[in-house]
Amino acid sequence: MRKTQKKTLITYAIVIIAYIILEIFMKAGLMSSHLKGLLVPMVYYAIAAVALNLCVGILGELSLGHAGFMCVGAFSSAIVSQLLSGAIPDALRFILALIIGVVISALFGMLIGIPVLRLNGDYLAIVTLAFGEIIKNILNSIYLGVDSAGVHLSLKSQMALGLADDGKVLINGAMGITGTPQDSNFTIAIVVLLISLFIVQNMIDSRDGRAIMSIRDNRIASESVGINITKYKMTGFVVSAAIAGAAGVLFSHNIATMQATSQYFGYNVSIMILVYVVLGGIGNIRGSVIAACILYLLPELLRGLNKYRMLIYSIVLIVMMIINWSPALRDKRDKLRKKLMKGAGHGAA
Amino acid sequence: MALLEVTNLSITFGGLRAVDNFNLTMEKGELYGLIGPNGAGKTTVFNLLTGVYKADEGLIKLDGLDITGHRTAEIDRDGIARTFQNIRLFKDLPVIDNVKVGLHNQFNYSTAESMLHCGRYHKVEKEMDEEAMKLLGVFDLDKERDYLSANLPYGKQRKLEIARAMATKPKLLLLDEPAAGMNPNETAELMETIQLIRDKFDMTILLIEHDMKLVSGICEKLTVLNFGRILAHGDTKDVLANPEVIKAYIGE
Repeated sequence: MRKTQKKTLITYAIVIIAYIILEIFMKAGLMSSHLKGLLVPMVYYAIAAVALNLCVGILGELSLGHAGFMCVGAFSSAIVSQLLSGAIPDALRFILALIIGVVISALFGMLIGIPVLRLNGDYLAIVTLAFGEIIKNILNSIYLGVDSAGVHLSLKSQMALGLADDGKVLINGAMGITGTPQDSNFTIAIVVLLISLFIVQNMIDSRDGRAIMSIRDNRIASESVGINITKYKMTGFVVSAAIAGAAGVLFSHNIATMQATSQYFGYNVSIMILVYVVLGGIGNIRGSVIAACILYLLPELLRGLNKYRMLIYSIVLIVMMIINWSPALRDKRDKLRKKLMKGAGHGAA
Repeated sequence: MALLEVTNLSITFGGLRAVDNFNLTMEKGELYGLIGPNGAGKTTVFNLLTGVYKADEGLIKLDGLDITGHRTAEIDRDGIARTFQNIRLFKDLPVIDNVKVGLHNQFNYSTAESMLHCGRYHKVEKEMDEEAMKLLGVFDLDKERDYLSANLPYGKQRKLEIARAMATKPKLLLLDEPAAGMNPNETAELMETIQLIRDKFDMTILLIEHDMKLVSGICEKLTVLNFGRILAHGDTKDVLANPEVIKAYIGE
């Protein structure tokens, strides 16, 4: 108990310290505008990785559609922000958009979970994979507008909406959503990351979390001690989808024109998040955050090296995998950590 | 009134009648053995009792309550807990958390309290810790509370599985070959543990076992299964002297 509490506190400390250092760099003007632009995406991918790790590492179900939940969160919150922009204070509007984005992603998580989580096996991976692609394609072909007469929806074109003069186009088909208020900044993103970490880490160290992990470790035994399997699988999955939705909210409020393209919400993105989770250590929440940050920034920072960029990226992937998963190296790492702890203890004494 | 009453329990897999017309009556506090050659259907009986399989025919009554057709998780709440032939621990959870999963249904706080660590969380977790440590103490596992359960030695894994089952506060405990894979010392220790559970918790136990020393040492009554049918049942001594039973086990 004490040990896990210490571990979670260290995670928060790492995030906060990294935030302070980066803020100082930014304020001191030591950061290029290119790098500054990468900070918010880095954090929302870290949030998505935390969400996916809850699903893959803690619940033990593979999801290949977390970009789909990000997409749902992004679009629903962007619509809320567009509708309310100017009507209520900005801070309140963003919080409302965040809550609605999270709730709608959670609803979609539940919709998918109800049929799929009753089954045992890898069905969830297949269904979420399809979900991610379907949601992207639907959003690509929807035209949504609003005017004094109400909401207009069309699958044909913007003209088919027949909006009155005071009308406003919300989703313009494949052109996506334009002009969502740019509310996301590094500080807000870090706050959302800390809240996600708080919820996930608390959950792991609780009655619900233990039930979820017991299902992962041994479903039959878990059932035999009276755990309601479907209920707890659902809880884990819905929370995971909701947090991915929060990452989507940050996304939509950080980009001038958001389109439901593969680049942002495709299968590749889901796999990329999965790579962060696997390399950070499955079930290791802190590892996901660190891996997401390093692996997101690395290819961008290596742009100067042009030709060798992807080569170096893949070498880093391999090295991280070996460090995190080779038993011998893990032993060594743990021993080193113990030594350091001891050293620090002696130093203090 | 009998604690467990099983009447005419049967199940067929394809063309094979795995359990045929199984009857069993257990009184409260009894230690009952279920024995039989490999493939006789012993574990199938356990799986029927715990709802893993649905019986084609028959009736299961626990403490007067008809529990036939209940699902596994419900049956645990009804009051039957079990261990498994091949140990099934939550191997990536610490020893204490294995027991705390067993305590799940006796303690309650909401999912919101789980996520925010507010409200009843701290108080209930403390109570759960105390209760779990009490149980671990009984099974002499308290020193290993923070070990991952996968890292425990074999004998202790068996004990932990029993502790986890006991944490669900069952009326009836089913042990599926608890001594499988144990050396004589471990078996002797296990026998003590089983005795301890009976004395301390006044537990009714039904166990499957091949180790005759254990069976004749602690079981008061036996039922012998062969090819899914009851071959003999009664007091341990009489059953083990029954020529039919000897024939089924050792051959002529």
